[in-house]
Amino acid sequence: MRAAVVTFPGSNCDYDLYKAIELVGGDPHFVWHRERGLGGYDAVLLPGGFSYGDYLRAGAIARMSPIMEDVVAFANAGGPILGICNGFQILCEAGLLPGALVRNASLRFESRDVLLRVERADTVFTTDYDQGQILRVPIAHGEGNYEADRETLEVLDGEDRVVFRYVDADGEATEDANPNGSWHNIAGIVSASGNVLGMMPHPERAMEAVLGSTDGVGVFTSLASTFVTAGAR
Amino acid sequence: MTGPDGTVMDPQVLPRDGDPDITPEVVTDHGLSPEEHERIVRLMGREPTFTELGIFSAMWSEHCGYKNSKRLLRLLPTQAPWVIQGPGENAGVIDVGEGYALAFKIESHNHPSAVEPYQGAATGVGGILRDIFTMGARPIAVLDSLRFGDLDSGRVRYLFSGVVSGIGDYGNCVGIPNIGGEVAFDRGYEGNPIVNAMCLGLMKREELITASASGVGNTLMAVGARTGRDGIHGATFASEELSEDSDEASRPQVQVGDPFTEKLLLEASLELIASGAITGIQDMGAAGITSSAAEMAGRAGNGVELEMASVPTREDGMTPYEILLSESQERMLVVAEKGKEAEVRRILEKWELEAAEIGRVTDDGRFRILEDGVVVADIPALPLTDGCPTYEREGVESEEIAKLRAADLSEHLIPEGDLAKSFLLLLGSPNVASKRWIYHQYDTTVRTATAVRPGGDAGVVRIRGTTRAVAATTDCNGRFVYLEPRVGAMIAVAEAARNLVCVGALPTAITNNLNFGNPLKPHIYYQLREAVLGLAAACEAFETPVTGGNVSLYNETDGRAIYPTPVIGMVGVVDDVAHLTSQAFAQEGDDIVLLGSNTAEIGGSEYLYVTARAVAGPPPSVDLDAERALQQAVLAMGRQGLLRSAHDCSEGGLACALAEAALGNGEDPRGVSVTLDDDIRPVAVLFGEAQGRIVISCDPSRTAEVLRVASRHDVPAATIGKVTAAREGFTIAVRGASVSATVDEMAEAYFGALPEIMDSTSESA
Repeated sequence: MRAAVVTFPGSNCDYDLYKAIELVGGDPHFVWHRERGLGGYDAVLLPGGFSYGDYLRAGAIARMSPIMEDVVAFANAGGPILGICNGFQILCEAGLLPGALVRNASLRFESRDVLLRVERADTVFTTDYDQGQILRVPIAHGEGNYEADRETLEVLDGEDRVVFRYVDADGEATEDANPNGSWHNIAGIVSASGNVLGMMPHPERAMEAVLGSTDGVGVFTSLASTFVTAGAR
Repeated sequence: MTGPDGTVMDPQVLPRDGDPDITPEVVTDHGLSPEEHERIVRLMGREPTFTELGIFSAMWSEHCGYKNSKRLLRLLPTQAPWVIQGPGENAGVIDVGEGYALAFKIESHNHPSAVEPYQGAATGVGGILRDIFTMGARPIAVLDSLRFGDLDSGRVRYLFSGVVSGIGDYGNCVGIPNIGGEVAFDRGYEGNPIVNAMCLGLMKREELITASASGVGNTLMAVGARTGRDGIHGATFASEELSEDSDEASRPQVQVGDPFTEKLLLEASLELIASGAITGIQDMGAAGITSSAAEMAGRAGNGVELEMASVPTREDGMTPYEILLSESQERMLVVAEKGKEAEVRRILEKWELEAAEIGRVTDDGRFRILEDGVVVADIPALPLTDGCPTYEREGVESEEIAKLRAADLSEHLIPEGDLAKSFLLLLGSPNVASKRWIYHQYDTTVRTATAVRPGGDAGVVRIRGTTRAVAATTDCNGRFVYLEPRVGAMIAVAEAARNLVCVGALPTAITNNLNFGNPLKPHIYYQLREAVLGLAAACEAFETPVTGGNVSLYNETDGRAIYPTPVIGMVGVVDDVAHLTSQAFAQEGDDIVLLGSNTAEIGGSEYLYVTARAVAGPPPSVDLDAERALQQAVLAMGRQGLLRSAHDCSEGGLACALAEAALGNGEDPRGVSVTLDDDIRPVAVLFGEAQGRIVISCDPSRTAEVLRVASRHDVPAATIGKVTAAREGFTIAVRGASVSATVDEMAEAYFGALPEIMDSTSESA
């Protein structure tokens, strides 16, 4: 899998994402936000961090970067795009995913491990998980509270586009298990065509036992295996 | 110009239009004594101009010149075979094996944080990060050491929450994990919080770069943010007198941080260093351009010439004085090799940063400042950095404190009612309770290298591509230092070392932050001197040299000084991450072994503070040889794979240490059944803070070997009980008494304390 890790001024999980792709045998490349063209890549990943310092609004300035035109085109052509944390925020700002990520209900930055339930094991990002599987993955964000208008939320539910939800140890999506106040404990959603995933938790930080969890590996192996079995697009 | 006796005479520099005359008042306002002024006139061969006086006042301030601490700091050991860079640079550097070097340093931002907690703390983090990456190292972790008054004050809660958000927001944005630190609450810090931030950076040995202005003819470039009128003279005095402009008076003295620019500066600096286009780089920190240029010239033995009109400024009409003394954040001074200025500019452009050529390195040893080509300051460079007068003051112990130390504590050995009640009260005291409320606001896992997160005895960051890791902790119990500075300082070092060995790291070196009151007061200077002597003795004993640090004096409000607080930032090396040990009890049925001995000491303990609001008695005694033996024993046990857990005994004593090991991170607690047979009053056994103790747990089949290793190191060891299931609860039996609690009760007290205080009360001042 030849993967582009798009970096913006202020991205700070770019290196972690790069290493995660390497760990599953992928071939990562950094693409600076002022570069153009994403031809030749199998997948595009938008890392976490604070692009443009989160000034104005998280992701609001980054989405105007030159490379974003190519990201949109890549998405429209059906290419898989994964946005994590700030990457998710940028995807929403760019209109590739619906809704918005607003300040955490606590009004504080929240950094800790959370439990996620896999709601969809049939996306290109989740085939290596079982439906209902519970994952332990870190979060670290100040604006991860997923919001959208009622209609959009109904569509997301109706079309089963919620991929991950925050749950407790029993797998229940309770209020206590929700770290940021997201609607219906939403942690990650896909686009209508299923090729764009945005998620607040950091699977790239859950790749090695020495760091506390290996539950994030599946996201990257799922994606990588698509390109081993199906070849390049 | 050469004088009649052959000495170089200072060229005449004419005062600028509008500069004040140098009167005794102006000298005093610049924090310089009449003797220091005379010394300047002697050095210069003439009266300095206003601009020159400003330069001297910054460079000879306590902050830059270490006037009252330098002589004492010379007493600290600084050498070891693994030390690559000792004190005097932006940060110390040690060899951590396999070609890697670790840069690390701690720094204070106490005064700004007392005025504006959010920005004060944030800019403290920014400054320490720059000290690390200007060495060529990529920052890999930060820690924060904080002190506040008691949390029942609204003002203190405001300071506390502001400082925590400031540290969090800055570090989170730049993307450096916070891996630990400490916080204490005590009325001794009311009004004068302590905010110390420590940073660790990793590099390949050959990537090390030092901050010196070498290579005559090379170009000095100002990089990063523009220079504004903020923080002028932060290193010496408030700026009201600078101008008659009324705006000046209301200008905040605390700088404002921009972590986004910092992140760009970090990446650009590391790229610059790797490019080979520069020979030196330094943060424009305290005293801004002045200190960075003077220090870089001083280290290289060269001179510098700077043109003020070339410095990019935020506003028009800034005088050389203002530009030289501005403390605007996120700025760097870079020495570009002659002819490679364009390459420097190209790298900075990529990171969307500005770079301006503002001067050059000269061979005449002068610190020369021009304004539109006209010389406005011309000073011999070396005396600016090395000529600062240093003082040895009179030091006498305060009688009041001596009396407190001698207080009879016997009445406190009789428990105030139920021991179990005291136990839960202690667990829920903010000084003992879980600090999760704080570190859940800090990104602890970015950079995917954090092997032990905050909440353990020390934070650990693995070195990718090796089996190795580095560990770090900050420690100091200010009450102990207050009651007996020399002993208290030794305890700070001993506790830091215990924390490191508990996670499996070999204590290797130290950075320190000496937070004290006004050194001109004999009882404060006594504390400073005694504490330094204590640090020196402990660092010698543990072979943990001091590679740098920071001194913060004058921490006083209304004439009352803080507890003397020499914060120790200690780093250690882990050979193999497979040997990392957690503080949490892991397995039912495991044996619990106490290494070290219980004593009858309760002086300076959290128990006294919580039950009687008392800070009294002698601090616990500390035996440095015994500490060293304990450290080695625990490391040996870890290497042999004998340990399931290890946890240091500190605030709240053995009972709280056992409780913390039982609770772990709260997700999977254990019970405890312990019997202590010491012939010591229950209060002291349970809650006394005797030094040199570590609680470990091990599989029962390994207990005999654990005891053998302990005995081989002459460390007292006793099997004191068993790890049980959480539902069986927590019980410690002592002679004639016992303490019992359910794990739920303990968890509520321990994890609930800070959220209860911080989330259910108003945070307004």
